[in-house]
Amino acid sequence: MNTNELINVFITVLYMVSAVLFIRGIKLLGKADTARKGNLMSSVGMLIAVVTVLAEKEVRDSFTLANVAHNGYLYIIVAVALGAVIGAIWAKKVEMTGMPQLVALFNGFGGLSSLLVALTQYINDKQTTPFVGITLGLTIAIGAIAFTGSVVAWGKLSGKLFKKSVTIPAKNFINAVLAIAGLAGVCLYAFSGANEKLGFVGIVLVTATYLILGLTMVVTIGGGDMPVIISLLNAFSGLAAAFAGLAISNSVLVVSGCLVGTSGLILTLIMCKAMNRTLYSLLFGSFGAASSKKGAASDKEPRSMSVEDAYLILEAASSVVFIPGYGMAVAQAQHSVKELADKLEENGAEVNFAIHPVAGRMPGHMNVLLAEANVPYEQLKTADEMNPQMPNVDVAIVIGANDVVNPSAIDDETSPIYGMPIINAYEARTVFVLKRGKGTGFSGIENPLFTNDNTIMLYGDAKQTVSSLVSEFEDA
Amino acid sequence: MGEIMLLIFVFVIAGFLGVELISKVPSQLHTPLMSGTNAISGITIVGAISATAIAVSTSNDILGTVFGFLAIVFATINVVGGYLVTDRMLGMFKKKEDKNK
Repeated sequence: MNTNELINVFITVLYMVSAVLFIRGIKLLGKADTARKGNLMSSVGMLIAVVTVLAEKEVRDSFTLANVAHNGYLYIIVAVALGAVIGAIWAKKVEMTGMPQLVALFNGFGGLSSLLVALTQYINDKQTTPFVGITLGLTIAIGAIAFTGSVVAWGKLSGKLFKKSVTIPAKNFINAVLAIAGLAGVCLYAFSGANEKLGFVGIVLVTATYLILGLTMVVTIGGGDMPVIISLLNAFSGLAAAFAGLAISNSVLVVSGCLVGTSGLILTLIMCKAMNRTLYSLLFGSFGAASSKKGAASDKEPRSMSVEDAYLILEAASSVVFIPGYGMAVAQAQHSVKELADKLEENGAEVNFAIHPVAGRMPGHMNVLLAEANVPYEQLKTADEMNPQMPNVDVAIVIGANDVVNPSAIDDETSPIYGMPIINAYEARTVFVLKRGKGTGFSGIENPLFTNDNTIMLYGDAKQTVSSLVSEFEDA
Repeated sequence: MGEIMLLIFVFVIAGFLGVELISKVPSQLHTPLMSGTNAISGITIVGAISATAIAVSTSNDILGTVFGFLAIVFATINVVGGYLVTDRMLGMFKKKEDKNK
């Protein structure tokens, strides 16, 4: 065995170690007690993989002292340092309320990186075999969708782009044409053989069509569906890395990319189930078109109440459930909510938080915000845990949530959200709904909960309302 | 051909492994899980490094060098940012403190 072979054995072993660390890391990430350790473990795996690739033959061959401008290590070190600084600063600076858009943006960068890897690989070696051609082409396609799709999601979530809901006429037709044209480009490149011009046309075709497809696919998707689309895009960026691994025959890329791809897909399906929608209807149907039937409207006026009167009810309550939604994130009310929860507990009430899987803009969004406000995670209950106890709850406080507590999902077959599992807030003895103003909210669906006899509306900014409730407790 | 089949084999097995690993995760961990796996998808940095090295030394192509360089930068942002932000989030998840003090 010569030195080169020995090094190759070492490289394979180290990649194996790194893949095992990823697997173990993801496993630990799935349990609350070990999650942090799991994340650390997978980051060590990443470090090992990055150090290992520096010893690969093609990277070693790029070492030269004669001509520094052609020394690969120089470029690699500068690029890694630059990316590490930018990533670290963003991760430190981000507010917890800004988390969904940051995750979307990081995800977009992952997709973009896979896209660029494939393009670089193509430039390095323009002739290809059908297998490498197809996998490289698919890397470009999936990476491009993940990139533009995530950027659009980032724009929507941060409110910087596409503030109004966008509709594209004949959306499905346009998307289908783009998708097929791009796949044709992949085939063109894969089977171009020695004809470099044909291969070039194919690469340009697939890059352009799938960059546009990412835009047209995500731009029409509404805010409430964001948790699903973010996890789907996450799956895409993983798949892109896996296909890049197939194209350059690197097994660690294949393993870790594929792990991310399937885990993202499963999360997507969990989210879909929580909304009682299929992935197909979300991507190809149109939620907007259903708005012609908003569910049966009621002529009853909702009942509202002053903060002082609401305090008297809360003071007498022995069991209180908070049901947060995206409105709590917008009003940044999580800290005030925690204060109110503390006051209620001091007052002898049992306090819980009922969290719907798709509340907010990304999977688990509410959990992160409440954890930031130091709410212990034992108090965070799922809909399945909380619903059986709901009839024994004195007061349910709905903060900036709407569709996830809409009883039409249970009993009104004409409602667009009919069949979606909800938190049964209406079963509580009294329901407080904290809401900015009258109206149906962003989804435009009528919510009969608001006009129920046991529902009391507290209009105004959620954070202010909660804070005034807290001061009522302090004054008492 | 043998190597290709082996890679496809690895691809399929890893896919099923992912399903097994993720199917029972409590909903409160969905965000950290997503951002943690998102950081792992930055593994494409390995491909970026090797492609850049070839572009710089062997094929000596300016466009390839630029693309490769940017690929490393974006992948590193994804990796470093993703891990740090996940760690920050998980650091916030706390158990109930002793209430009877």
